[in-house]
Amino acid sequence: MSAELPSRAQSRGSDVRSRAQGLHAANGTPERRPTGLVIDGQVERGAFRLDLSLDLAPGRVTGLLGPNGAGKTTALRTICGLTPLSSGSIRLDGIPLDDVNAEIFVPPERRPVGVVFQDYRLFPHLDVRGNVAFGARARGVGRESARAAADAWLERLDLSGLATRRPAELSGGQAQRVALARALATEPAALLLDEPLAALDARTRLGIRAELRAHLRTFAGPVVMVTHDAVEALVLADDLVVIEGGRVTQRGSPNEVARRPRTDYVARLMGVNLYRGSLDRSTHTVELLGGGRLVVTGADQLRDVADVLVTLAPTAVTLHAERPDRSSPRNVWAGVVRAMEPLGERVRVEVAGPPDALVDVTPAAVADLALRPGSQVWLSAKATETYAA
Amino acid sequence: MNRPLSVRRAGLAIVALVLSGMAAACSSSPGTPASGSSSGPGSTPAVTGTVTVFAASSLKETFTSIAKRFEAAHPGTTVVLSFAASSALATQITSGAPADVFASASAKDMATLTSAGAATAPTTFATNSLTVVVPSANPAQIASLADLARAGVKVAQCQPAVPCGVLAAKVLATAGLTVTPATLEPDVKSVLTKVRLGEVDAGLVYVTDAVAAAGSVTAVPMPAGVNATTAYPIAALSHAANPAGARAFVDAVVSAEGLAVLKAAGFGAP
Amino acid sequence: MARATARDRRRLPAALAVPAVAGAAFLVLPLIGLLARAPWTDLGSLLRSPVVADALRLSLFCATLATGLSALLGIPLAWVLARSTSRFVALLRALVTVPLVLPPVVGGVALLLTLGRTGVVGQYLDRWFGISLPFTTAGVVVAEAFVAMPFLVVTVEGAFRSADRGLEEAAATLGASRLFALRHVTLPLIVPSLLAGAVLSWARALGEFGATITFAGNFPGRTQTMPIAVYLAMESDPGAAIALALVLLVVSVAVLAALRDRWLPRGGAV
Repeated sequence: MSAELPSRAQSRGSDVRSRAQGLHAANGTPERRPTGLVIDGQVERGAFRLDLSLDLAPGRVTGLLGPNGAGKTTALRTICGLTPLSSGSIRLDGIPLDDVNAEIFVPPERRPVGVVFQDYRLFPHLDVRGNVAFGARARGVGRESARAAADAWLERLDLSGLATRRPAELSGGQAQRVALARALATEPAALLLDEPLAALDARTRLGIRAELRAHLRTFAGPVVMVTHDAVEALVLADDLVVIEGGRVTQRGSPNEVARRPRTDYVARLMGVNLYRGSLDRSTHTVELLGGGRLVVTGADQLRDVADVLVTLAPTAVTLHAERPDRSSPRNVWAGVVRAMEPLGERVRVEVAGPPDALVDVTPAAVADLALRPGSQVWLSAKATETYAA
Repeated sequence: MNRPLSVRRAGLAIVALVLSGMAAACSSSPGTPASGSSSGPGSTPAVTGTVTVFAASSLKETFTSIAKRFEAAHPGTTVVLSFAASSALATQITSGAPADVFASASAKDMATLTSAGAATAPTTFATNSLTVVVPSANPAQIASLADLARAGVKVAQCQPAVPCGVLAAKVLATAGLTVTPATLEPDVKSVLTKVRLGEVDAGLVYVTDAVAAAGSVTAVPMPAGVNATTAYPIAALSHAANPAGARAFVDAVVSAEGLAVLKAAGFGAP
Repeated sequence: MARATARDRRRLPAALAVPAVAGAAFLVLPLIGLLARAPWTDLGSLLRSPVVADALRLSLFCATLATGLSALLGIPLAWVLARSTSRFVALLRALVTVPLVLPPVVGGVALLLTLGRTGVVGQYLDRWFGISLPFTTAGVVVAEAFVAMPFLVVTVEGAFRSADRGLEEAAATLGASRLFALRHVTLPLIVPSLLAGAVLSWARALGEFGATITFAGNFPGRTQTMPIAVYLAMESDPGAAIALALVLLVVSVAVLAALRDRWLPRGGAV
């Protein structure tokens, strides 16, 4: 049915539960096996309490989604060891990194965890190569081999031309790639990203996001990515974990979370339709994987026409009882109402396509159109609100 | 220059200035010469106000004692004492430091003042000579002046510009000894302190200092014929703010009572 | 008329201008006095005299060594003060900055009582290792470092505090120990403050007098630094003292100029 991204989840990862069992089996042996990251612990700081229970499989990207102050960044900090747990434990590939009961705490410099910070935190006094070589140097690798290894990473991330630049001389996107290269160069078993695209302006964000997606796909270990941007989460994450007020309020595939938001926050945030397909540059039309096609804007900036993402806000879709006049909106298609859910002052309508869509309408519109599950409707959306990414 | 010692001195000088200014303002007839009739402490109760006395370091104990007696004999008077190396005091006085009386440990420093017109008619009131002092424990086992020339013996003496330094050089030259001191202290009391603390093995100080510090240092007798003496002149200063007080204090020092105090401290007769 | 009024309004208010001018004169006039009284004709020969050359060489040598010692011990101390979360760190910070406000002479006395030959620590240095610091060039370095190090510690601690902790965290996630992060991330980033702190403590060490003369004594070529030479020369040869003072003045002004132009605007934390 669906043209939505989370199909990737099914194709790439196996069931999280079976992985957890594999982990238990590996418990007795100190040898590292790629069994993933298991967090079951709490952090208490004054009145704030973060309660985490996560089981993250290798090769999967988990998006940590939540409002400001929810504890997303604290979660990342506990994983990389910058903030110790107050109780509970963290295990990576079966090896404890932090275990309060067993009095184990592996300091950050000895954890095989790479971090890309929100503000990148590149060392301003070192050039790009020096930044990427830093991890190897810190681990005692000689200057020459550290540089050689760094150069290989610069090559892989298409940064070779910038090797001698200082961070101050980099664009936001370049700095982000250097931060990623620096983290990957330590060959970590897990990778953490804190709002990796937040520091970028909207124009460069699209291209960087596509690149980042490609790099994250090649990473073998578990990836945790903090974000508060729905599209970022939908595009980059295989699984979503929503944290609000220090507690996990929802988890699941991006598709599930978007479709069945459990809290107002998730509902507002995940109100976005996401499609994949291939672009025809001449007509600006994307042929969607799950059927249907959409005329989009922003296609000019895309490098890869074969795998294009399209986002469409539920508020940008209009429902009609009759097929609307073709004159103004460029995208018009038919569908059937599958479900309806009240969402504050609006109603979120789930419509089966193709393509499927979430549509936010006013209660008045529900009444006017006599909407109920099974209603036949027409959908329309302006091309100017249908973004290719 | 932010030198603590000079700051302290400046502080003293300011205090002295303020006090003498106040004294001048308070005394009913500051210009009245009271000196003509004075013959000794106690005989002229007309002396009032503050008397500022600049005296050589070696006079600390004796002048403190004489000043107390002076204040008792002249109710309402205050003696402000400032002790330092004679050469340092002479420099301060020629630079305008407000003093009424100068008592020097050498004729040379007094001569500096008389030739500048800052003082007239100095009177020699005492003499002093050097001795070797060692810490009570005598760690270097010093038994004679000659031991000071031994290798590894740490000796403190006064720097050559001050009277006790001049005297030390003279004594060592007469004895035919070559001593390399560990330190050349700015005044004789500093030498004594370094010996007292045991930081040096021996020091060359005045006989009077050895007497004053008898409990904490031991004097080693000087060989006959090598010692030298220095004369102590005292004079009321030409620009004294309290000339009557200055005159009276000089008289008190050279009085029989004053000389007795000096003699008891080990000073020689003039 | 209107222009004149506007101009009047732009003039400094007298309530500020008068004390400001007086303040400037107060600070500048002594320097002019020094220049006015300088024995310009004899300056060349005075500066070529071995006493001046020795004192200058010794001053520069000891101040540089004291700065090195301050950096060697002070940077780690500053780091501990900036990074420690211990409750006692506030007390420690107060204690280590005491030499900033302590009169240097008192510092010298404290050093003598601690590191002197009979001092609390010094007696063991002497007994076990045969090391005696007073009256040695090493003693000068110790005395200067004692008064100068707090300047470096305070400056560098401020820099450590304002340094981006995020970069140290990033270094840790890349596998850097705290020491490696300090050496390769934090220190390179606070170089301006390090230099400012070093220059401040160097200047303080160069001008050190009270602690030095009390702890290390005075001996030409060994412990007689420029300020001590100035002080002692003032008693016997004011001309030489002024010449020495001029050299110190020139060096101080040069250092201050370098500090202002190069480090203070950027360093900020001073």
